[in-house]
Amino acid sequence: MKLYCLSSDAAKPCFVLSFKELLIMLDCGLSAHSVLNFLPLPPVPSTRLASLPNYTPPHVNDPLLEGELKECCGRVFVDSVPEFCPPLDKVVDFSQLDVILISNYTCMMALPFITEDTGFKGQVYATEPTLQIGRFYLEELSEWVSGSGGGAGAAKRWKELVHLLPPPLASALRPRAWRRLFSPAALARALSRVRVVGYDERVDIYGALDATAVSSGFCLGSANWVLRSAHEKVAYVSGSSTLTTHPRPINQAALRGADLLVLAALTQTPAHNPDHMLGDLCVHATVTLRAAGSVLCPVYPSGVLYDLLECLSAHLEGAGLAHVPLYVVSPVADSSLAYSNILAEWVSVGKQARVYLPEEPFPHAALVRAGRLKHARSLHDDAFSADFRQPCVVFCGHPSLRFGAAVHLVELWANNPAHAIIFTEPDFPHAEALAPFQPLSMKAFHCPIDTSLNYSQANKLVRELRPRELALPEQYAAAAGGGGGGARPHIGADVPTVVVRRGAARSLGVRRRAARATLCGSLAARASPRELRAGLRAAPLTAALRVRDARLELVSPAACGAPGADPAPAPVLHWSALDVEALVRALAREGVSEARVEAGADGCIVHLPRHDTLLHVERHATHVFCEGRADVRQALRRALAACLPHI
Amino acid sequence: MPEIKITPLGAGQDVGRSCILLSMGGKNIMLDCGMHMGYNDERRFPDFSYIVPEGPITSQIDCVIISHFHLDHCGALPYMSEMVGYTGPIYMTHPTKAIAPILLEDMRKVAVERKGESNFFTSQMIKDCIKKVTAVTLHQSVMVDNELEIKAYYAGHVLGAAMFWIRVGSQSVVYTGDYNMTPDRHLGAAWIDKCRPDLLISESTYATTIRDSKRCRERDFLKKVHECVEKGGKVLIPVFALGRAQELCILLETYWERMNLKYPVYFALGLTEKANNYYKMFITWTNQKIRKTFVQRNMFDFKHIKPFDKSYIDNPGAMVVFATPGMLHAGLSLNIFKKWAPYEQNMLIMPGFCVQGTVGHKILNGAKKIEFENRQVVEVKMAVEYMSFSAHADAKGIMQLIQYCEPKNVLLVHGEAQKMEFLKDKIEKEFKISCYMPANGETAIINTPTKIPIDVSLRLLKAEAVRYNAQPPDPKRRRVVHGVLCVKDNRLSFLDIDEMCDEIGINRHIIRFTSTVRFDDAGSAIKTAEKLKTLLAEKLQGWSITISDGNISVESVLIKVEGEDDNTKSIYVSWTNQDEDLGSYILGLLQSMVQ
Repeated sequence: MKLYCLSSDAAKPCFVLSFKELLIMLDCGLSAHSVLNFLPLPPVPSTRLASLPNYTPPHVNDPLLEGELKECCGRVFVDSVPEFCPPLDKVVDFSQLDVILISNYTCMMALPFITEDTGFKGQVYATEPTLQIGRFYLEELSEWVSGSGGGAGAAKRWKELVHLLPPPLASALRPRAWRRLFSPAALARALSRVRVVGYDERVDIYGALDATAVSSGFCLGSANWVLRSAHEKVAYVSGSSTLTTHPRPINQAALRGADLLVLAALTQTPAHNPDHMLGDLCVHATVTLRAAGSVLCPVYPSGVLYDLLECLSAHLEGAGLAHVPLYVVSPVADSSLAYSNILAEWVSVGKQARVYLPEEPFPHAALVRAGRLKHARSLHDDAFSADFRQPCVVFCGHPSLRFGAAVHLVELWANNPAHAIIFTEPDFPHAEALAPFQPLSMKAFHCPIDTSLNYSQANKLVRELRPRELALPEQYAAAAGGGGGGARPHIGADVPTVVVRRGAARSLGVRRRAARATLCGSLAARASPRELRAGLRAAPLTAALRVRDARLELVSPAACGAPGADPAPAPVLHWSALDVEALVRALAREGVSEARVEAGADGCIVHLPRHDTLLHVERHATHVFCEGRADVRQALRRALAACLPHI
Repeated sequence: MPEIKITPLGAGQDVGRSCILLSMGGKNIMLDCGMHMGYNDERRFPDFSYIVPEGPITSQIDCVIISHFHLDHCGALPYMSEMVGYTGPIYMTHPTKAIAPILLEDMRKVAVERKGESNFFTSQMIKDCIKKVTAVTLHQSVMVDNELEIKAYYAGHVLGAAMFWIRVGSQSVVYTGDYNMTPDRHLGAAWIDKCRPDLLISESTYATTIRDSKRCRERDFLKKVHECVEKGGKVLIPVFALGRAQELCILLETYWERMNLKYPVYFALGLTEKANNYYKMFITWTNQKIRKTFVQRNMFDFKHIKPFDKSYIDNPGAMVVFATPGMLHAGLSLNIFKKWAPYEQNMLIMPGFCVQGTVGHKILNGAKKIEFENRQVVEVKMAVEYMSFSAHADAKGIMQLIQYCEPKNVLLVHGEAQKMEFLKDKIEKEFKISCYMPANGETAIINTPTKIPIDVSLRLLKAEAVRYNAQPPDPKRRRVVHGVLCVKDNRLSFLDIDEMCDEIGINRHIIRFTSTVRFDDAGSAIKTAEKLKTLLAEKLQGWSITISDGNISVESVLIKVEGEDDNTKSIYVSWTNQDEDLGSYILGLLQSMVQ
């Protein structure tokens, strides 16, 4: 068993596990940090962004670099369609992948990079909410990146000159591996490959393994995967939460006692408690709204958004601000809000109880009906523009502030100190996200809400699950050498731990010794095992092996019915040392007499002169030089059998 | 041979009161727990005393599985759990768990409050019973205990209807409940994978209908309603709040939209609005089309169908009204009926079954005058139509399901004996598998092959694979493995001899035989060996014979030639004890060749 790591971003993991001649990809996260190096793509043309000065590194005169780099707020940005960092494609041949298992919708964004135009022929499995919400995320991303002009071609030249550029661009990780987003057609093809599974559904992987998605408690439909064969068990824990939020709680029992536990996608903001952050957010929002300012929350179209809507609407109502409208602006806002309310089987028990009444599990349907919550495809929807009132709270993407409606709103509100922007998504550092919009007069708050496991929760989980081996991305392991940056939070467990980093392939300790088969009743009945010692019986067995869908069946060789030579007789096993005196007596009983015994160096020699036969008897072997007739040999065999324990 | 035993307590060669006992591998499972709508006495409920004449029933039943919310499948559940005293696990899908209590409560009201029956379960009992239910999702594999596993598949019959796959050890059974193999207006088609169960227990309501004429019935229904309202008549459709009502609403809604009709359609308030909400929440259980379009337009948000108010009864002009309850025994539907019955232009459409003793039953039997408790007599002049809209698989559908899941045996329930007989013949002829149809209280016993799980050593398998792959491919060639069967702590393993020795800590004693054949042959020993090899290869076709450094090996038998040039050679033949047959055969062969 081997584990390959293809992603450098531990929160957007991508592993490949090779096991039982299968290549299994675990998640395919797309790292979007790279987009922070690009200029924002405003949905509405912005004169400020359009009139930025070109940047040329000192002492470089490269005409190809012309217009690729712009200077903005004292930093250099690439003026191009933003690019993303997909999983490494050189280590594993994607056409050889047998199956991709997706744990949740934040870890599947690179799917088209892996399945399209790579010769991929395998299966992709995800839960229904993962597929649907993942589709919302991907479609939103695709619409924003491709929809906002795209007039600027792909800048390439700067990648050759990275070393000459000022930081942070100079320290960009492997910009040559960055890729532009897939086309909507490729996206649709990739999503159409996904097969939907339910929690606790056993998916048969080519007869070799059972894969089961079990609830991970992180978001709607989020799953940890358990791979199981008759003797081995691998648990992949990615994006899990032990907190109580809207999704079904984590199923820990299913992860226990694994031979290997792969841990990924822990919290990205271990220093922030999500509950406190949610409280802070409500307070900041209330204060801003009271002062007649508006609040902008750059968010993804699902996930924590549901909790934000639920908490903030209740909080505002308590603060006497129930009249403040809440807007969700996204190409998929309507679908996302509607869809969340039909996922009764995927939500927490409390929310599920509401469905039995029957009421919607989330309160946002009621907020929409009451007119407090409105959603629009984009900012320039006529209905939305006509309806837009300030002060208000706007939820829109993208959290990187490089594309989507949020770009326009920040541009619009940046100079007004009454307004506020509150960052909740943990994927991007907020200072960097805001870099191209400086100087900023509007207030900026950082309240990251990441419900994924933090280090102490993860350590506790590992202790409880008791895996035989643990595999971690290097970010989660203790710092090498023990010194360095001091006590960085890390995962420490008293089990063998394998640390993987991007591009690495590590062998794991799981060793296979046996495979599970079924033995047919008639064959079992015919074998009559002899008791060798208490609780242990054995019998020689010759069986026909039938392999169907990689499942093994042992049937009676005769029942197999194929013509051909008869099977060789079942092996007979003798053991322990031979008692020569007993042998001589047994030989006499068989009518083979006149045995002469001579002691040798490491055993003895039994000579049967009448039958022209010599027996070399050693501790673990007897060699018979038999020049006599066949019946003598048979007599010898019987005599030996009588003297040695055998089956 | 292990057995699977099936005893229907209801639904054996019969429709109604589905309740089937299944026992296999030491587990007893109850499939559905329905009541018979046609009886008012103790025959209404399954005869639980069959399971255990006296004493607690819980120890006899490992779990109860309910396939869907129709009362003939779940009606006796509160009776069993609250009055008979079953406390074990109960499984059903989420929509069934949500909707079943509403139907049970409806039925209870009819039985107790209208018919004044005593010894019936109470509202509280229904609530308590539903609290004990474990809800399952589709395809989720649920371990009831260490050995018993169940899994639900989509059945399509009504919202939340499921088929269940049940496994104990190596034995497995699929119970279909009621199912529908063709998607209808609001539900998808039943689906199951190739799970190859030992037994398929299938419903057979439409065992002889070859093509479900549901479309025709729908057209018929719409035509009649349309004709009636066109002439200014009023149409009354008594329904129960859930199930059929939603389907008929979708039917009328789409027809009204297509034909651009303006006649008002009303749905009696109360339960029904709530009921539509259930359908909205569980939209993932409806068909593909409804699921795809629900964001733009939820099918269960009806545009043309408005809530009904009592004052509308006397409104002039045409209208269509859906009113509860479905059997016209009480409530709004009965009130409306009393007002509208005496007029010829009006119409009554009964879309479902009516229990004996209800007004609905009388009317369907052709009664033209109905007398009520207060001596009020109502003349029935309105047209009366009965239409069945139940969604069951037809014969083609049943055959299709058998093809899908490839069972080794089939057992038919939930149908009429004669029709079953016909289908049984057909199944046995077409699929060459046995088919059973036990009557109520009769037990069918099905033998299944013994299959014992065993751990095969990878070394053994790999050695076999190397041998097998070395030969030219032939799918018919059998693959044979030799080894030692080892039984330890009741677990079987199949090991290589050396592994076996390691495993149990014994030292193997190898017995080897060597015999010499003298052979006069000129030339070097190597030449002689090559000559022998050619001769042996002729005689022993199909065996692997190799030669290296003058040593020939035939499988595991070694042959060595020694001796000076131009002299007599000694041919040593050596084999281990277990190769005795081959060794002595080769020895004999060489001896005869020499002479």
